[in-house]
Amino acid sequence: MKKKQKPQFDRKTVKRVLQGLKHYRIALIFSLLFAAATVALTLYIPLLTGDAIDLMVGKGLVDWNGIVKIVVTIGICTLLSALAQWLMNVLNNRITYGMVRKLRHDAFVKLQKLPLSYVDSHSVGETVSRMISDVDQFADGLLMGFSQFFTGILTILGTLVIMLVIRPSVALVVILVTPLSLFVASFIAKRTYSMFKLQAETRAEQTALIDEYIANHKVVVAFGHEDEGEKEFNEVNDRLEKASLRATFFSSITNPSTRFVNNLVYAGVAMTGALLVIGTAGSANPFTVGSLSVFLSYANQYTKPFNEISGVLTELQNALACARRVFDLLDEEELLPDAPDARVLEHADGRVELDRVSFSYTPDRELIKDLDLSVSAGQRIAIVGPTGCGKTTLINLLMRFYDVDDGSISVSGTDIRNMTRPSLRAAWGMVLQDTWLRAATVRENIAMGKPDATDEEIVAAAKAVHAHSFIKRLPNGYDTLLGENGGSLSQGQKQLLCIARVMLALPPMLILDEATSSIDTRMELKIQNAFAEMMRGRTSFIVAHRLSTIESANVILVMRDGKIVEQGDHATLLAKKGFYHHLYNSQFTDAVSSIES
Amino acid sequence: MKRLLVYLKPYKKECVISPLFKLLEAIFDLLVPLVVKEIIDVGIANRDKPYIFSMCALLAGFAIIGLTCALIAQYFAARAAVGFSAGIRRDLFAHIQKLSYAETDSVGVSTLITRMTSDINQLQSGVNMTLRLLLRSPIIVFGAMIMAFTVNVKSALVFVIIIPLLAAVVFTIMIKSIPLFKRVQGNLDCVTSVTRENLTGARVIRAFRMEDADTERFSAANEEHNRTQNYVGKISALMNPLTLILVNLGIILLLLSGGKLVKIGDLTQGEVVALTNYMAQILVELVKFANTIFLVNKALACGNRVEAVFELPIGMEIRKPQDRQNTQDAVSFQNVSLTYRRNAEPSLSNLTFSVPVGATVGIIGSTGSGKSSLVHLISRFYDATEGTVSVNGCDVREQNPEVLREKIAVVPQKPILFRGTVRSNLLWGNDRATDEELWEALAAAQAKEFVMRLEKGLDSPVSQNGKNFSGGQRQRLTIARALVRKADILILDDSSSALDYATDAALREALRALPYRPTTFLISQRTSSIQHADLILVLEDGCLVGQGKHEDLLQACRVYREIYDSQFKKGGESV
Repeated sequence: MKKKQKPQFDRKTVKRVLQGLKHYRIALIFSLLFAAATVALTLYIPLLTGDAIDLMVGKGLVDWNGIVKIVVTIGICTLLSALAQWLMNVLNNRITYGMVRKLRHDAFVKLQKLPLSYVDSHSVGETVSRMISDVDQFADGLLMGFSQFFTGILTILGTLVIMLVIRPSVALVVILVTPLSLFVASFIAKRTYSMFKLQAETRAEQTALIDEYIANHKVVVAFGHEDEGEKEFNEVNDRLEKASLRATFFSSITNPSTRFVNNLVYAGVAMTGALLVIGTAGSANPFTVGSLSVFLSYANQYTKPFNEISGVLTELQNALACARRVFDLLDEEELLPDAPDARVLEHADGRVELDRVSFSYTPDRELIKDLDLSVSAGQRIAIVGPTGCGKTTLINLLMRFYDVDDGSISVSGTDIRNMTRPSLRAAWGMVLQDTWLRAATVRENIAMGKPDATDEEIVAAAKAVHAHSFIKRLPNGYDTLLGENGGSLSQGQKQLLCIARVMLALPPMLILDEATSSIDTRMELKIQNAFAEMMRGRTSFIVAHRLSTIESANVILVMRDGKIVEQGDHATLLAKKGFYHHLYNSQFTDAVSSIES
Repeated sequence: MKRLLVYLKPYKKECVISPLFKLLEAIFDLLVPLVVKEIIDVGIANRDKPYIFSMCALLAGFAIIGLTCALIAQYFAARAAVGFSAGIRRDLFAHIQKLSYAETDSVGVSTLITRMTSDINQLQSGVNMTLRLLLRSPIIVFGAMIMAFTVNVKSALVFVIIIPLLAAVVFTIMIKSIPLFKRVQGNLDCVTSVTRENLTGARVIRAFRMEDADTERFSAANEEHNRTQNYVGKISALMNPLTLILVNLGIILLLLSGGKLVKIGDLTQGEVVALTNYMAQILVELVKFANTIFLVNKALACGNRVEAVFELPIGMEIRKPQDRQNTQDAVSFQNVSLTYRRNAEPSLSNLTFSVPVGATVGIIGSTGSGKSSLVHLISRFYDATEGTVSVNGCDVREQNPEVLREKIAVVPQKPILFRGTVRSNLLWGNDRATDEELWEALAAAQAKEFVMRLEKGLDSPVSQNGKNFSGGQRQRLTIARALVRKADILILDDSSSALDYATDAALREALRALPYRPTTFLISQRTSSIQHADLILVLEDGCLVGQGKHEDLLQACRVYREIYDSQFKKGGESV
């Protein structure tokens, strides 16, 4: 399917691609040399063939020695040409694939340096498609460009020059017909474009419908709506069939049409050539049958490079559009790097201070304003609020995934912006509700927080969170390879591994997102115990769902719509009869009976 | 692939005409060198200008005929290919619509979507190319050989040597490189998965300061991909140079044998030109042929993937009714167990309970305890692995699922709406419902107020997945959609999670007051939502650990008490 293309080349992107190619300067020069050699030799061979034919005019008129000499030359040229062609291809591959590797690597390194706001605001699929399919399309275009663009142009030029040298009058026939070929090709291309556009649009419409009906198949089945879906689908499908037929047919007439022009050129060359052979016979500069065969063989392939070049140009445009998308990613603003004099936080004592903190994701929607909070070592802070109220925002700020807009957060008395990010994050142990495990062994997953941990330490951590028994039951125990995002483990088991991960490193401060909703009650009990074990004596921020956690917290932060609306301990907040009071009642008391009574 | 060929059947005519005209075009291509030979050997040798003119006119005529043939061929090929894919798409979509939950689960939704879209597109261009080129290239190659024999038998032997060699080279390289291409794809998948993982786990990776380690992981995958890419590149780059060598070897042999034959008068100069022309034609076609084979190979793989979806069984078996005691119960479960395919552990084990007509049933338990699985069995979205599920006193396996589902209205956990209008979405419940009925349903679902405030009311547009409505609004609309059905059985699968407390309470009140008194199943995580139900089912790990009324369960069921305590009683167990 053709994509919509910008009419002009994007100069900046071209420049940047060329800059990337600089690294391969020598390979590039050689590639061009080999390309030139290939073209020259390929064009030279028909000339030699023509010469050989001129040496066999008729019965008894054969210069055998001359033919052998020419044939040997053809052999050598062929071998050289083949070698040059192969080397050119290998070099082109090396350059393109090297560029691809570097682009992907740079993009990945870039991802590590981007602020989390980028990761949060772009879907994984989108970023992955930039790094994988866009880079691939770029490579395809580049490779095609290298292997066909230069050789194509050189072939056209070479052919013209040779023909002009041998016999300008016959060459003129070829040159005169060339514009016709170009005109036909561009005429068809223009017509096809609108048809392709219609096809693409209809296709997109159909894909949306497919997406809707198949992704929500279960609802469709539940309401017995299969037939209606089919009806709607068939209507679009019929339209697509029509649009597609036109687009496919019109795009496929380019080749026969240019071939037709080509055949006319051929007939023209045959005629003028043959007449010239007769006319110049016996003259000082005869146009021989050999020359005629040379011209015919050139004419036969003359328009081929034109087709190729126009194909390459669209391909290159597409490649540049893709490259641009990758460059856009590479140009995203990076995180402010840690200052060279930033403090390395060691042995955090557990004090956390929030001083007039203000924060919002977008300027027009204020979230946290002037939040003051003073946490002394070992205290428990519970964050409560309805689902989706933005409890993670606070975690984002504490871990410095996002920077505060105003005010400051200090840990152990130092503003976290004045310490290195790694050392700050090392001081926190984080367990999120969204359990994330990587496609690696159980052991590697647990050891994430402490890569140099011994086996005993890993087992001890697993035992501490009651994960040891189920790990041992896995096919390869601790060496079991987990699938992407934990594979077949249950949600609770995944959660236990995430806790074990923190347990192993056991930093002085904790951020815990109690994820009780996705865990069965027995597992939940185990997890609660594991949490309790960890929290002993450590400053902890807990996104809390359980009443007991909330009540026993030193400070409760009540959030609503992304904002912290109340703050205090359980008794104070209840007495206040505010949102906490309301929340508490709706969640924890029998509200139905109160309404009915 | 065989099964898909049926879709070419309506295009038999096209499938014959297209290659046939390609063949004609090829034949005219093959005649050109012979005409040139005549020009040289007759026209030039006899200095016969009119003859030359007529021969060149013949060439131009060939060009016109060639173009006509090509256009006809391309048109019919496009028709066959496009019609073929449209037919497959139509039937595949219908097939997917009829798949059972169990089958959709096993394949995965995203796979089904790719098969419906990009796989079929590839298939279409594969058929198109096959019709156009797959026949043409071999015909030109062998045709060139045959024409060479008509020119001169001895010289034509060169073709007999060269063509098998060329075929050997082309096929060896292809056979070698196709599996390697698959390996390259596999390596790229690795690169993709490391990238995906790094993005989905961005928070954890940064929290554990794994950025550098992850970059190393990525580099390893990236390097490996690069290495195999270069390796395959080296092999497939051999194709053109090797064919060039062979074809030029053929030309050398032709010149040598030609020289000898011309000397003794067995061959003319024009004939040598014709022979070398044929050799050159072979080279051009071979390159095209190799590309076509790659494309066809890819299309075949896509075809197999599409076929695999067609092979998934559709529909559910309907058993013959057996003797049974007729009960008055709306729903009853007898020793029901359910094990999902590919799961070792059962998701429901040995459930027995019955629900009288018009009763309200509350189902409670933590996530993964089997609540949704239980209600899925009522609609026969899955069949129980053991035991019997009966609806209206009749085993569901003896009922046509479509007829059965008409009696049941479901509000799924995920509030999903479809592109259209509020009305078109509500009519999913019952397409004969009047506007008045729609408004009644909206009122009961607590959605009347906000729908009335919409500018176009019932005709307000709904975008894909209902993205233009908030979560709570979507949820209420899906409830209204179910209520429009006025079904015997109403199932709400935790469908008030996005509603605030007051709305939730009002909704429950409205459900209780429905005039047609459906048997209602309410799934919830909150005891407060279900404590007034006529029957409460308590699930844990797929087992029914308690059933009865609220008060009884508080006394008798430990799990229920624990859930209740954690939500109501002050100071449950420590953290």
